[in-house]
Amino acid sequence: MNAFRKHTGLVAPLDRANVDTDQIIPKQFLKRIERTGFGEFLFYDWRYLLDGQPNPSFVLNEPRYKGASILVADKNFGCGSSREHAPWALGEFGFRAIIAPSFADIFANNCFKNGMLPITLTTEQVHEIMRRAQQQEGYELTVDLERQTVEDSQGLSILFTVSEFQRYCLLEGLDDIGLTLRHEGAIRAYELSHG
Amino acid sequence: MSTLFEKLWQAHVVREAQGEPTLLYIDLHLIHEVTSPQAFDGLRQAGRNVRRSCLTFGTVDHNVPTTDRSLPIADVTAAKQVETLRRNCKEFGIQLFDIHSPEQGIVHVIGPELGLTRPGMTIVCGDSHTSTHGAFGSLAFGIGTSEVEHVLATQCLLQTKPRTMKVQTHGRLPEGVTAKDLALGIIGKIGTDGATGYTIEYAGDAVRALSMEGRMTLCNMSIEAGARAGMIAPDDATFAYLKGRRFAPTGEAWEKAVSYWKTLKSDDDAVFDRVIEIDAAQLEPFVTWGTSPGMVVPVTSFVPDPAEAKSAADRQAAERALEYMALKPRMSIQDISIDRAFIGSCTNARIEDLRAAARVVKGYRISSSVSAMVVPGSQDVKKAAEREGLDRIFNEAGFEWREAGCSMCLGMNADILQPGERCASTSNRNFEGRQGRGGRTHLVSPMMAAAAAIKGHFTDVRDWEFK
Repeated sequence: MNAFRKHTGLVAPLDRANVDTDQIIPKQFLKRIERTGFGEFLFYDWRYLLDGQPNPSFVLNEPRYKGASILVADKNFGCGSSREHAPWALGEFGFRAIIAPSFADIFANNCFKNGMLPITLTTEQVHEIMRRAQQQEGYELTVDLERQTVEDSQGLSILFTVSEFQRYCLLEGLDDIGLTLRHEGAIRAYELSHG
Repeated sequence: MSTLFEKLWQAHVVREAQGEPTLLYIDLHLIHEVTSPQAFDGLRQAGRNVRRSCLTFGTVDHNVPTTDRSLPIADVTAAKQVETLRRNCKEFGIQLFDIHSPEQGIVHVIGPELGLTRPGMTIVCGDSHTSTHGAFGSLAFGIGTSEVEHVLATQCLLQTKPRTMKVQTHGRLPEGVTAKDLALGIIGKIGTDGATGYTIEYAGDAVRALSMEGRMTLCNMSIEAGARAGMIAPDDATFAYLKGRRFAPTGEAWEKAVSYWKTLKSDDDAVFDRVIEIDAAQLEPFVTWGTSPGMVVPVTSFVPDPAEAKSAADRQAAERALEYMALKPRMSIQDISIDRAFIGSCTNARIEDLRAAARVVKGYRISSSVSAMVVPGSQDVKKAAEREGLDRIFNEAGFEWREAGCSMCLGMNADILQPGERCASTSNRNFEGRQGRGGRTHLVSPMMAAAAAIKGHFTDVRDWEFK
């Protein structure tokens, strides 16, 4: 897994609540048997009109957000289906971190397994970042996982929390199957005592 | 003074350490064609094997056609996924209920049907509706593909302990008000993120009175309230459902299992992190009006006015939803006309659901402006329904009678809505485009979907004239 330590990037504001994984990557694109090839279909129904042309009113199609690597959205981001294709698509499109007031559990888990950092901030903090990203062209944030901070160049500095274990795995880029297999003895003991 | 959840959790702890998630043992792992191929690839790349292949079972459900199965799958990418699962199961020695198997069906329908799902187990699947299996008093939750790989390789999962929520029902559900309406009522009350971070236990008279099918419907929708798992303590109805099923224990082992299962309930003095009270006797049949399952009102009500939303975010979401759904604030729910009706999905495609819908349909024809289909949850459900003559009732009324699969619940196969089409659906998600791009989904119970198909618009099934 890719490690995540510190990342500075352009912020794209997606001012919507309850963005579900069906929107992030619609089902017609789930038929691949690889982990790759999903980025081009990210938010497909929002990015493209029915005739296949880019939808000019969708935020990620605005030239000023091209190359964004930090997505900021409203509450309950990633709800719905457990499809890991959602963080795969977001990652391949170029996103490294997502900021929202809350995330669906399975989606957040899936992000951590793919070197992507979901950052939970308060609604007020998220709205402030969203406002800045909308008002200032080229608005960037620096996410520092070691210090657990989100900062911009204008004095905004927010501490965020993340579980110690997930932080450690992400900083080191650790494969948690490898970690679990270190506890072979405990697994075997459990199996022996439970038939 | 433990909750049912704590008992299940404690019984599966392999390893606990300060500052780390718990290593939890997994008793049953279900896989399907869409979320597993990358997990098997990961195993191969790392040179790992499946630790206990006898605890994983596969089926094909998400992208398989529901039309004539004697023909090859026309969609080449779907066919490749099915073929890949077949190859992976063979390579790693996993039992697969393949497309022509009499046991094929939606993974959350066949698990209980085969008796693979039993009280006291930990059950996972790369599908968010794995919460369904909690109806049997098991800890069951959906996982991503990396976690599928983790379970295959280690038979364990690293999990952070969720908080506990009790949904305490009071009174019984009135006639015509079903488990689906109870689920929608709960989600309408607490919101689609109301139970994020929690495991729900459903309790009270209304829950006890539900059949196992109804309990599965209720637990199935837990994820739509944000809870990864929902559960109901097992009782005589649970044991009666399981007895004699293919993978259920027999003889002395059965007696021993039942006596253990009887201990699986929250102690009287157990403390939950949060308790929600629901007056079940006051619930009505529900219809969703928006693009999130929490956007729901009783059938006797009106499309809400976004101006009255509690917060700016809710108002904005409601406005967007009404635009997508092409509905106006304050219009009567019963004035909403439909183009399609879908009776199916892991939420509502079990035999009892089909019986309830058929009871409404019997003696009627669907509206000339509606096309409707019934997709049984499994081959077993299909056969049982045909034995009872339900297929004839549906066919004579103008419904299509299909083969088992997820079908139009998520529209991965050819069963999709066209842009602008409006559907009364017994499935679980009314997200934008869920049933087909531009499609407009209204979530309802099987009886409500059947009644809407006949009338051509939503109607209160409590006033139905059964023939």
